[in-house]
Amino acid sequence: MTAYLITGAKIVGGEVADLLIDNEEIVAVGTGLQAPADAETIDATGLIALPGLVDLHTHLREPGREDAETVHTGTRAAAVGGFTAVFAMANTDPVADTAGVVEQVWRLGREAGYADVYPIGAVTVGRQGTQLAELGAMADSAARVRVFSDDGDCVWDAALMRRALEYVKAFGGTIAQHAQEPRLTKGAQMNEGALSGVLGLTGWPSVAEEAIIARDILLNHHVGSKLHICHLSTKGSVEIVRAAKRRGLDVTAEVTPHHLLLTEELAASYDPVYKVNPPLRTKEDVEAVREGLADGTIDIVATDHAPHPVEDKDCEWSAAAFGMIGLETALSVVQHAMVDTKLLTWADVADRMSYRPAAIGQASDHGRPLEAGAPANLVLVDPAAQRTIVPEQSTSLSRNTPFAGMTLPGQVVATFLRGTPTVRDGKPVR
Amino acid sequence: MSPAPVPVPRTVLDASDISRALTRIAHEILERNRGADPVVLLGVPTRGVGLATRISERIAAVEGQSVPTGSLDVTMYRDDIGLKPARALEHTDIPPGGIDGKVVVLVDDVLFSGRTIRAALDAIGDIGRPKAVQLAVLVDRGHRELPIRADYVGKNLPTSLLERVTVNLTEYDGADAVLIADKTGAAV
Amino acid sequence: MRHLLSAGDLSRDEANLILDTAEEMRSLADRPIKKLPALRGRTVVNLFFEDSTRTRISFEAAAKRLSADVINFSAKGSSVSKGESLKDTALTLQAMGADGVVCRHGASGAPHLLATSGWMTGAVVNAGDGTHEHPTQALLDAFTMRRHLGSLDGRRITIVGDVLHSRVARSNVLLLATLGAEVTVVAPPTLLPVDMSRWPCTTSYDFDAVLAKSDAVMMLRVQRERMGDAYFPSAREYTRRYGLDVHRMAQLPENAIVMHPGPMNRGMEISAEVADSTRSVIVEQVTNGVAVRMAVLYLLLSGSNESTEEPPA
Repeated sequence: MTAYLITGAKIVGGEVADLLIDNEEIVAVGTGLQAPADAETIDATGLIALPGLVDLHTHLREPGREDAETVHTGTRAAAVGGFTAVFAMANTDPVADTAGVVEQVWRLGREAGYADVYPIGAVTVGRQGTQLAELGAMADSAARVRVFSDDGDCVWDAALMRRALEYVKAFGGTIAQHAQEPRLTKGAQMNEGALSGVLGLTGWPSVAEEAIIARDILLNHHVGSKLHICHLSTKGSVEIVRAAKRRGLDVTAEVTPHHLLLTEELAASYDPVYKVNPPLRTKEDVEAVREGLADGTIDIVATDHAPHPVEDKDCEWSAAAFGMIGLETALSVVQHAMVDTKLLTWADVADRMSYRPAAIGQASDHGRPLEAGAPANLVLVDPAAQRTIVPEQSTSLSRNTPFAGMTLPGQVVATFLRGTPTVRDGKPVR
Repeated sequence: MSPAPVPVPRTVLDASDISRALTRIAHEILERNRGADPVVLLGVPTRGVGLATRISERIAAVEGQSVPTGSLDVTMYRDDIGLKPARALEHTDIPPGGIDGKVVVLVDDVLFSGRTIRAALDAIGDIGRPKAVQLAVLVDRGHRELPIRADYVGKNLPTSLLERVTVNLTEYDGADAVLIADKTGAAV
Repeated sequence: MRHLLSAGDLSRDEANLILDTAEEMRSLADRPIKKLPALRGRTVVNLFFEDSTRTRISFEAAAKRLSADVINFSAKGSSVSKGESLKDTALTLQAMGADGVVCRHGASGAPHLLATSGWMTGAVVNAGDGTHEHPTQALLDAFTMRRHLGSLDGRRITIVGDVLHSRVARSNVLLLATLGAEVTVVAPPTLLPVDMSRWPCTTSYDFDAVLAKSDAVMMLRVQRERMGDAYFPSAREYTRRYGLDVHRMAQLPENAIVMHPGPMNRGMEISAEVADSTRSVIVEQVTNGVAVRMAVLYLLLSGSNESTEEPPA
């Protein structure tokens, strides 16, 4: 196995130092490091070294929708985006609600070798919201599932949600809730507000998200388990989570890159590339989620990378699928929305996109500080680069990026997974 | 560079010339049709309508009886309708008695290629069946592209294709005059 | 004007141009030959993904009176209902050389997508999309009002009913505001969008309070099925609070008119006596629909497709 000496990188955006990687680990961090004779030297002057990013919310679509994404293409896209670990959502076909399916996904990830794949198990059988899936079997499987979610659908039955939270305490699991009150969002197409009324698109009210978040925080407090809120998107949700944390209630929350940057106004184009669940919200909401991410109310950024084939987006708005791809643009969007606006430092970015998501997902090989002895999962980023997003150039099998045509800062130059480069010069290694 | 001199078009008919020409046309219409009885005047918007009204007033003064007068928009019958951007319609106003069995005198300001009149003939065909259609124009500037001629002409005005003939009427332009200019607007 | 997608896209001048053109078109009804040659050689496709015989017939008559070739493409019984996409349909129409496409669709924004996707080059007329807009209905309503009330500047128009789901209401509010009218929409709170700050109108929950201040009242169709989703408790209660009956009609100013885009639920939002009264201009709305649609088709399709700008020297 090749050793690498990375020279002159700003470690997590701070001190300039060299990194020596050998045998899957970071061997040394410091200045003037001597490389072993067989080591390859990478000049990282001007680049920032971050711990490998961890995405707690990825749709890899396999099994079932291999026309949209596969574990192979999805993890390859993840590597290009600087990720070394992704949590694969359970809404596959068949649903990842048994040990067999989660093990299959886990194994496909290992075979692909671009990023560690942590399957998320469904909370309920078939994600139908009526009967608990075999959570323990998934936890005990080779995939060692620790995060469970019916994402795409809400576990709306309060009693069922309570039981799920209670049950996963036995193996330290977390329930990741897709907070969407179904009766309040019947047929919903976009954020409910002044614009939805004008566009004639059925509204998805903020309260449909906030009511579930509030309920689940209280339920979780009652049973003392671990609750994670997926893709929080409204100002009200930020306020609820902030108040809960202030009261000492246990909850973690994520925000997507697109909710940090884009607003509902894009729906006026009726271009379904902007159709997503939860929907793009208002400018006020965008400001609130940025602030929430900055002050730690929102723990992490997660992509909700949701690939769809062209035909599922090349149609009328109401017939189109919800979702956007985001793995390859996540870090650039966060730099643009949070770092360049001075809301986060690069050290904060490492926290929100690596340390904390790894901690929530219990991915112990990931989210470790760049120190000697840590697994060599890291990413080199050129923060000075500018790039225009071209959907046709995406590594993902799908093209449904809402950032098409936008010029965003930052470029992942290299990604290392346990000492092996998965991305060099911004391109996947294989 | 010195500024180009403001081009001044040349007046070929002044107000009194126009007045005399219209009076003569009114008399010719009465003569040819043996009175005002069968006549319906239809002006082609915009200025043909003003001219038709004036001719109608003169006929009334002479005959002591007014002739039905209206306007006929030909926009939708033009042969270049699909070649240019969509144009706003002008008003069509057929007098209450209609045109069936009448002598329709079309009135226009300038007769040039003849295409407007061809369009007007088609428009008339969709409205009714007149006994005859005649044509009165204030200016005939030649260069016909169709086998069409005027029955009543205020003035024959030989022109080159590059020149522009403009008819001004008080009710639309503030004063009566027929002007001729080259394509820059200068007098020729 | 390249397409007609939203009544809100029209400037006051453009709206007046359409209405003035419609006046000329309407006089055609009095002529022996009800046909004009303006769209000879042009192909207009009525692309109806939703059943609406009334609107389709109105557009069909309009296009035919302008001498266009008309192709009716209705989703029922066609490949559309078997899953052919809007895109494939558009590509087919493009291949057939459609100059204009009149599109009725159950999805808000579908005509917008046809116009902006690049799938086809023809002009698109929105003939009603989902719960979004129905601009030609608004134009024919404004046309009808103008004939009875004169200029709409400062006129007080009241629109009553299921505003939330009504494309007629959306287009009317936008167009009437452009034309200078003062619009009030009246509905139970459940049938109004939750935030109407972007609507150029005022709102009221109290029909009786606005009657005396209405130069025209437009009643919207209310579907009984809305009861199932708890928008209102019962048809009877709806009628009691928001239906237009002779007692309410008596509260209107002397020359006020009563309108309805049809089809009516007699006895629900409007009583039969009101619908058939002398104040009702509902039948006239239908007549005017053809003239207004002729005007729209003429202005969109009669000219050349090329841009109006001079080529660079």
